[in-house]
Amino acid sequence: MANVKIPIGPQHPALKEPESFTITLNGETIISMDVRLGYNHRGIEKACEERNYIQAMYLVERVCGICSHSHSTCFIQAVEEIAGLAVPPRAQYIRTIIAELERIHSHLLWLGVAGHEIGFDTLLMYAWRDREAVMDTLAALTGNRVNYGINTIGGVRRDISPEQLAGLLKTMDVLEERTKYYIEVASQEITLIKRLSGVGYLAHEDAVKLGAVGPTARASAVDRDIRRDDPYIAYKDLDFKVITDTHNDVYGRTLVRVGELMQCYNMIRQLVAKIPDGPVTVKAPRKIPAGEAFSRYEAPRGEDVHYVKANGTDKAERVKIRAPTLANLQSVAKMMENNRLADVPIIIAAIDPCFSCTDRMVRIHDAGHGRQETLSWQALHTYSLDWHRKQGIDFKALNAKLSRRMKL
Amino acid sequence: MIHPGKMAREVLTSLFRKPATVLYPYVKVQMPDRFRGKIKFTSPLCIGCKLCMRDCPTNCITITKVGDKQFQAEFDLDRCIYCAQCVDTCPKKALEATAEYELAQLQHDKLKVIFHAEPTPASSPAAPAEHAPQSQPAIGA
Amino acid sequence: MALALFHLLIFPGFLFLFVFALAMEFVDRKLYARLQNRVGPPWFQPFADFIKLSAKEDIVPEKADAIMFRLMPVFALAAVVTAFFYIPMWGPQALFSFSGDLIVVIYLLTIPTLTFFLAGWHSTSLFSMIGATRTLTQLFAYEVPLFMAILAPALLANTWSLSAMTVFYDQHPAYAGLNVIGFIVALIALQGKLERVPFDIPEAETEIVGGTFTEYSGRLLALFRLAIDIEAVVGASLIAAVFLPFGFGLGAAGGFVIYVVKVLIIIALLALLRTVLARLRIEQMVIFCWKVVAPAALLQLLINLILSGVLRS
Repeated sequence: MANVKIPIGPQHPALKEPESFTITLNGETIISMDVRLGYNHRGIEKACEERNYIQAMYLVERVCGICSHSHSTCFIQAVEEIAGLAVPPRAQYIRTIIAELERIHSHLLWLGVAGHEIGFDTLLMYAWRDREAVMDTLAALTGNRVNYGINTIGGVRRDISPEQLAGLLKTMDVLEERTKYYIEVASQEITLIKRLSGVGYLAHEDAVKLGAVGPTARASAVDRDIRRDDPYIAYKDLDFKVITDTHNDVYGRTLVRVGELMQCYNMIRQLVAKIPDGPVTVKAPRKIPAGEAFSRYEAPRGEDVHYVKANGTDKAERVKIRAPTLANLQSVAKMMENNRLADVPIIIAAIDPCFSCTDRMVRIHDAGHGRQETLSWQALHTYSLDWHRKQGIDFKALNAKLSRRMKL
Repeated sequence: MIHPGKMAREVLTSLFRKPATVLYPYVKVQMPDRFRGKIKFTSPLCIGCKLCMRDCPTNCITITKVGDKQFQAEFDLDRCIYCAQCVDTCPKKALEATAEYELAQLQHDKLKVIFHAEPTPASSPAAPAEHAPQSQPAIGA
Repeated sequence: MALALFHLLIFPGFLFLFVFALAMEFVDRKLYARLQNRVGPPWFQPFADFIKLSAKEDIVPEKADAIMFRLMPVFALAAVVTAFFYIPMWGPQALFSFSGDLIVVIYLLTIPTLTFFLAGWHSTSLFSMIGATRTLTQLFAYEVPLFMAILAPALLANTWSLSAMTVFYDQHPAYAGLNVIGFIVALIALQGKLERVPFDIPEAETEIVGGTFTEYSGRLLALFRLAIDIEAVVGASLIAAVFLPFGFGLGAAGGFVIYVVKVLIIIALLALLRTVLARLRIEQMVIFCWKVVAPAALLQLLINLILSGVLRS
């Protein structure tokens, strides 16, 4: 069978977000892979420059639906550093509690998605059922299931009551029990092991060279975790292990994530035991003095980096976001080599990709003429209509048909 | 340690357990106390400082002066992201988040919610009138 | 003539099969959901799906072979419905039978798989072509064990007719207990034939979208799905007739109830199998079938061969 090119995406059942992977196949074996980013570009970095810091914080929180607290905390840390704000310790602890709860929900979500990608829907259903416990806890603590909105410049918006802390411990016990069960399943269910081990191999050297981050890197024995290496919020007070694994494959990534889940439960117990009393917020100025800051954060998917440059007004001059998926995408191409078509979904899923966080705008340079072209919205709209008309699609007739149907 | 069908016991016990699914439209979900749902505006408390308008990330609030110390609020629910920052910003607690979350609409104009000012500002801060614009045209809109 | 038409179209022919197969699909889906701690669909869901699909537009890809594309679902349906008539259900005697009908039934059950392959191939879409080749690769893996597993009991009964086989086991129920390995092999092979987890490789949605059926829509897809549902019932009936030949002495009504219970048990076992396992890769599936399932079937064949020699001497 000659080489064939298979389009995985932009629309494909395995991908939860639009992204284009073109895979060259020989029979069922992958020869090479080509990634095209940009289907989800939303212009968030630019939009941050037109909003004041409070507004920008809510926007940054919506970079990612799963690690929303990661992005907002990372951004806020940079802003607070520029403003020289001392965030009260209680606020730091609350931020850490939410951060770890977020990691639990993200890893459980990943476990379910991984199960679905290899056709093990039962694992998906059970993992997501148990994940509801974390989601409900997050909703009770912060007021929403996703996009928690707990952060504000100079602290957190809501305090956690003692009853809620007690409830948190109970939830942790339940989840720990369940996670132990999933570890058992992952280490004993033969079909699961067969589908995961040896798939998506990423050697230690490659992981270092390609700059992999988070669980993807740690499963290739790269001992790197911002929480320990460059402690932020309350992590310096916590005693925890950085989970690494030497399997170097998808199975190793699974073990790292479930191992991290067990660490999360311990960390939350420590946080609840140690949480200090005091205020949860300090007054923050509306205008942030000129300056710049660089902030790192260990999101569930890996190291998240935010850069903020302030110019003395109430709006940032520049915000730059490097989401963990962008760092990991390079290694996906490496992992694909010599695998089979059947493994494509799980290899992509194994880095726990979040494409909407990753997408950046690419400006097309006309290589031949060195000409740059920027289309206005109106021009783009006209261009699109013309292009479709040339393909024989008449929008006038379609619109008329549609409006007739809507009336009926 | 290989065990094919490891989850068999777990799934079989599920047969005798209640399903975890909540039959949502028939069984309503109770939101937690501090849930951030639809925002409620209490007109008599408003002093017209418009701080909420300045902090709203999506510019979905419009506060208009309709008379002497009388203000009405207009919410574009299709833009609101329910962050409740306006509730935190308001110095007079004229805004509050409710537990109402079923806000989907088929008609776009129903997403515009107007809280009219009370006819007499001195009267009790009772529940403000809430109207969709087509049922009663907005004053000054 | 009128009676034959009644048999063909109404009972136990097409109409009965239609209702029974969709009811069994409901049982399968409901059970799958309950095993996963979900609620599952209401009883009419398969019927609603069928009606809704039938009302939808049929789209034939421009480059596809339109005739083959349209014919294949009908072929698949016709083959599985025909196979049903030769299987004994509530009495030891099938509606039609002749010496050698066992082979015919097995072959008729192979036809749907071949139509899946042809349908996928003639859709000329990348995903359906990959699905089609996977269908065929998989066919070679499970078909041989299935043949051997079903022929082994026939060897013991010394007949090639399903009805005669059932009569034999009805008289000697103890011998049916010897076919346990064959029963397990047949269940696994049937799971492969129905292309369900862990053998849903040809239509693995996260890998190749809809596999063979990627380009199908509307009525044609409805027919294919109906054919697969009927294939499940026919396959289950075949396994019930060959490996669970009990309870024929209870008259028509009693026999019917026993038959439905047997089919239900097999459908439930298949649903459990797809709940607790992950999907295999195609080469893992082929290795598993040839290294584990085929030797097991061979063992069953050997046992029955020796036994029949002992019995006859």
